Amino acid sequence: MERRALFGGKTLPYMLLLPQFAIVVVFFYFPAGQAVWQSLLMEDAFGISTEFVWFENYQLLAVNPEYYKTMTTTAVFSFLVAFLSLSCGLLLAVMADKQIKGATIYKTMLIWPYAVAPAVAGVLWLFMFQPSLGMLAKMLRSWGIDWNPLLNGNHAMILVVLAATWKQISYNFLFFLAGLAAIPKSVIEAAAIDGAKPMRRFWTIIFPLLSPTAFFLLVINIVYVFFDTFGIIDSVTGGGPAGNTITMVYKVYQDGKSGANLGSSAAQSVVLMVIVIALTAVQFKFIERKVQY
Amino acid sequence: MVERQTLFARIVPHVVLIIGVCIVAFPVYLALLASTYDAATVQNGRMTLLPGNQMIENYERIIFSGTNSTTREPVGTMLLNSFIMAMVIALGKISISLISAYAIVFFRFPFRMAAFWLIFVTLMLPVEVRIYPTYKIVADLQLLDTYTGLTLPLIASATATLLFRQFFMTVPEELVEASKIDGAGPYKFFKDTLLPLSVTTMAALFVIQFIYGWNQYLWPLLITTRDNMQTIVIGIKKMIVTSDALTEWQLAMATAVLALLPPVVVVVLMQKLFVKGLVETEK
Repeated sequence: MERRALFGGKTLPYMLLLPQFAIVVVFFYFPAGQAVWQSLLMEDAFGISTEFVWFENYQLLAVNPEYYKTMTTTAVFSFLVAFLSLSCGLLLAVMADKQIKGATIYKTMLIWPYAVAPAVAGVLWLFMFQPSLGMLAKMLRSWGIDWNPLLNGNHAMILVVLAATWKQISYNFLFFLAGLAAIPKSVIEAAAIDGAKPMRRFWTIIFPLLSPTAFFLLVINIVYVFFDTFGIIDSVTGGGPAGNTITMVYKVYQDGKSGANLGSSAAQSVVLMVIVIALTAVQFKFIERKVQY
Repeated sequence: MVERQTLFARIVPHVVLIIGVCIVAFPVYLALLASTYDAATVQNGRMTLLPGNQMIENYERIIFSGTNSTTREPVGTMLLNSFIMAMVIALGKISISLISAYAIVFFRFPFRMAAFWLIFVTLMLPVEVRIYPTYKIVADLQLLDTYTGLTLPLIASATATLLFRQFFMTVPEELVEASKIDGAGPYKFFKDTLLPLSVTTMAALFVIQFIYGWNQYLWPLLITTRDNMQTIVIGIKKMIVTSDALTEWQLAMATAVLALLPPVVVVVLMQKLFVKGLVETEK
């Protein structure tokens, strides 16, 4: 789309872009470049000298069972959170979309968890399931379940999945609600006249028409689990017990934090960069966020 | 709907929604409860589902003097830090994205498309994929433990720029022409025509970016080392000591309530703007 009526000015547009550019170059491109460069370097054990090692950091990652474990953890975590939060969000949206009394109140009461910080959400769930004093943990124990997310890796995983899902339902709910509102009521009424019962109408008409929304949300949810759940992991488990809840982002943080493994940490950053680029590409290609110029 | 609904069919949605609302609210209700009890009751798990009587003491203590054992910084300071961070990030993102989008849509100049892509690609470089190099730059610039270090690197925004660009493209060309005929230059057109038109978009973005800024975790965790520069989201994590009995849960929960209240209030009071902002920044 070309505009005819425009302003001239040789320096003004550059001046307008300058603040954004300065920040983007100094804090985005330069560090991203550094991460790529560092991923090709390796420090000796004492941090005295650095050597250019080509792709050795990547080769080491490729044979590192710990790294595969974090990949599996991330995949399981993403799948569970996406599946649970999408199903709950869809169920609630379908219910709230019916012409019922108080629909707006329900909507308000369901969307606010979006605003809760991941780390705070984590702390809230930890409090409920803290083995010695948590109200729900005590309930589980009274049922004979030896609940202890501080020692049992699966329990810790369940806890972070619950906290992450809790926070994400509101987002999925909101977008499913928007998707449902866009489905013409006449189509559904026509099916009802033909004698299709509500369940059948849902699976044969509403669900297929919602699939673009669902696909879009799936991508967003995966991005959310990959990057935004860092706060949940750090506040609930700190990656433990025995490294069972270390996601890929969390490992980049941990390996770099000790300072001993900057090369590997940088290589992992680059792997994540590739994943984000792929996810963003999928998002734009299939969901038609219109950016062509 | 064309068919008559049975009583059962009319009640089901309410039941499901009420259960949903309760599950969603329960963790926060429990935190609110815990913040009204004394330490011993919470520590021994003797809390009931009705509030205790220590609410004022707990909040007073946490806001003005902080916890005893873990972090001694009063939560009042943390709240102020979080507020400054959220406001600077939200307003900063809106301002610099507004003028970038203005340059890209209303001016013709060499490398205009390159400029657009340069901003766009930052979408693919979240802070998580460049943690330590970014930290090092901020450290080299002597910006650790400063509000500038906390906010400046997060102010660039591809999403906000895209959103403003999208919106500016819907502004009719006749408006630009009319302004030009009236003798308005780029500055006057921006101030008198474009800015008033963008108010709703700016407000919607503000709601989203305020929440984004308030809820930041990884970045302030790296950048702040001094207790008095901590944001509340970082502060609360430091109050939880996993392995110890040192955690003062009633105070940690009071802090959690204070940490989630401002962004939640923003969402509830400005629900329309929030929904608009959320839907538009993602599309």
